[in-house]
Amino acid sequence: MDFFVLTLVIPIVGGLLLTVVGERAWAPNLNVIASLGTFLASALLTIEIVANGPRFAFGEMFFIDSLNVFFVALTAFVGLTTSIFSGPYMKNEQEHGKLTVPRLRLYKSMFQIFMFTMLVALTTNNLGILWVAMEAATLTTVLLVSLYRTAASLEAAWKYFILCGVGIAQALFGTILLYFAAERVLGETGNALLWTHLVEVKGQLEPTIMALSFIFLLVGYGTKVGLAPLHNWLPDAHAEGPTPVSAVLSGLLLNVALYAILRCKVLADGAIPGGFAGNLMMGFGLLTLVVAAFFLSRQKDIKRMFAYSSIEHMGLITFAFGMGGAVANFAGLLHMTMHSLTKSAIFFAVGHAAQKSGTQQMEDIRGLIRINPVIGWGLMLGTLAILGMPPFGVFASEFMILTHAMKHHPWATPVLLLALGVAFAAIFGKVQPMVFGDTHAKPLPHAPAITPVFVHLALVLMIGLYIPPYLTRWFHEAARMLG
Amino acid sequence: MNLAVPLSSQLINLFASVILLLAFAMLAQRRVLALINLFALQGLTLALSTLVVAVTTGQTHLYWSAGLTLVLKALLLPWILHRLVRRLEVKGDVESLIKVPTTMLVGIALVIIAFNVALPISQLSNTISRGTLGIALATVMLAFLMMITRSKAIPQVVGFLAMENGLFLAATSATYGMPMVVELGIALDVLVGAIILGVFFFQIREQFDSLDIRHLEKLKER
Repeated sequence: MDFFVLTLVIPIVGGLLLTVVGERAWAPNLNVIASLGTFLASALLTIEIVANGPRFAFGEMFFIDSLNVFFVALTAFVGLTTSIFSGPYMKNEQEHGKLTVPRLRLYKSMFQIFMFTMLVALTTNNLGILWVAMEAATLTTVLLVSLYRTAASLEAAWKYFILCGVGIAQALFGTILLYFAAERVLGETGNALLWTHLVEVKGQLEPTIMALSFIFLLVGYGTKVGLAPLHNWLPDAHAEGPTPVSAVLSGLLLNVALYAILRCKVLADGAIPGGFAGNLMMGFGLLTLVVAAFFLSRQKDIKRMFAYSSIEHMGLITFAFGMGGAVANFAGLLHMTMHSLTKSAIFFAVGHAAQKSGTQQMEDIRGLIRINPVIGWGLMLGTLAILGMPPFGVFASEFMILTHAMKHHPWATPVLLLALGVAFAAIFGKVQPMVFGDTHAKPLPHAPAITPVFVHLALVLMIGLYIPPYLTRWFHEAARMLG
Repeated sequence: MNLAVPLSSQLINLFASVILLLAFAMLAQRRVLALINLFALQGLTLALSTLVVAVTTGQTHLYWSAGLTLVLKALLLPWILHRLVRRLEVKGDVESLIKVPTTMLVGIALVIIAFNVALPISQLSNTISRGTLGIALATVMLAFLMMITRSKAIPQVVGFLAMENGLFLAATSATYGMPMVVELGIALDVLVGAIILGVFFFQIREQFDSLDIRHLEKLKER
């Protein structure tokens, strides 16, 4: 049994099946089962790759190594918990009259197909297909962002489509330039976009073209990561789409886009002397971090605020990978994992909190600890985790990034500390009254699924206290591949 | 045979300049239907220029991509757009946010920038159509300008698709086209994107009774 094939086949079959059978009582369960299948297959694939090392699939079309198998496992895991969360959440939305039956069907099938496109983007060996899959991931989520069909959600989806479309067009131009540079070395064999071939000849690629190509790729995929100044789509899409979509956009799509940049960075580093690609990423990362931190305090909508927090963290991660080297790459990968788990947990909690209070406006959400202590604590702990409080895992990765920056790029330290401080003050100051204030809200018709929140937070806590040795090995290996 | 290479090269340059000219024409065109026709014409020219490259170099997959371009960009997408315009009944004038002469001047500046950016790459290229890389980048930038200056949804989408035309021209001029599987994937994405946008137009119309995207300016940082 080829677990890789299963990892890709289950979501696409699940998506088609959910389209065909439509919205039935057991459709949410089918969604969970498909996600569970994907997760199990990806877990077995991970075990296989860790044991036997990298391998190809379908000739040289797909390539799985310790770097991307790690993202595959993470994507499948968050996909699973999100599908569990979305069952009762979407039913509540339906009872509130916000969603109709056809839209629920659209949501479930698009969710599975979105998972499929992300898994293809992660595992493909062909940088052209990577682009195609990234674009497909945008297309599947456009209709999900506008699922409520409100004026604001349509606007958010339109902005998302146009901005990401323009961004991804830049990435295509970058890919064309990369192909052009590669063709001069590898010839017109059709292998010139295969990453495994490119990485072998990366030293011979023409530096001028590669520099131009990397700029286009960074700006293009960077739009999807949410790097400033092209981040405007992100808060709108996260705030106006349904919460499960916010959770996967924030927790997964941003990661996948960043993964695309990382793959290209390895090539650019090999071709261009003097750390050009790294410096560019550090600059963009730092700018993003600062811009997002200062926008955080102005937010009134809870999902919008946490969307800005995602931008902030993406900036920090981009900065970490920009610094490069074993420690910074390790920290970057760790931070990506921690951010995915924590941020999706926060969105789950926020979703229920907003549903209970009937609004996303933070001043109207009060006293969660009294209406539903579990959600209240979930939100509070999630917030503490994302703000980098010890003993959660985010603290470990942020601490590593900061100390590495102090050692090698001391000029950046004040900026980093300032931005993190501002972000802390902004978020904590707003979450505290939401959790501990006075309230009079009514209970929900369907009991919320709270397990995913705490499973994620428990994992983040565990990694903060103790990283299992196999995970460390795995991170080390992936970090080494990034150079 | 000695004559054939310069002739084909001239033909490719001619087609590329026609594509650039059409990009300018689209920038100035205020009517939706005429704009879509210009887009179809640009697709046709793109297909012809790809065909010339294919005939000259004898690369089989370029014939396929020429055919694909013809079907998708000269026929299918314009047809979908025409249908949309008819179904949505938006035939009137398209207003520009900036005056046309200003847009044209900005466009000329963009073309100069594009040529300068492409210059070092063109010199490295040994394909017969290497001179067109600058034009391709200029087409991308003009399409981008069109998306910025238009306030109605359909012209924005035409700008988006025209940008894809420019990218395709870049792919055939700098290299002899991307690998077939990638090109098919890109074509599929463009098609699905156009269909999703079609659905989307109806949603926007239902909500706002208009396709003027100036209605879509509520979500801002305050």
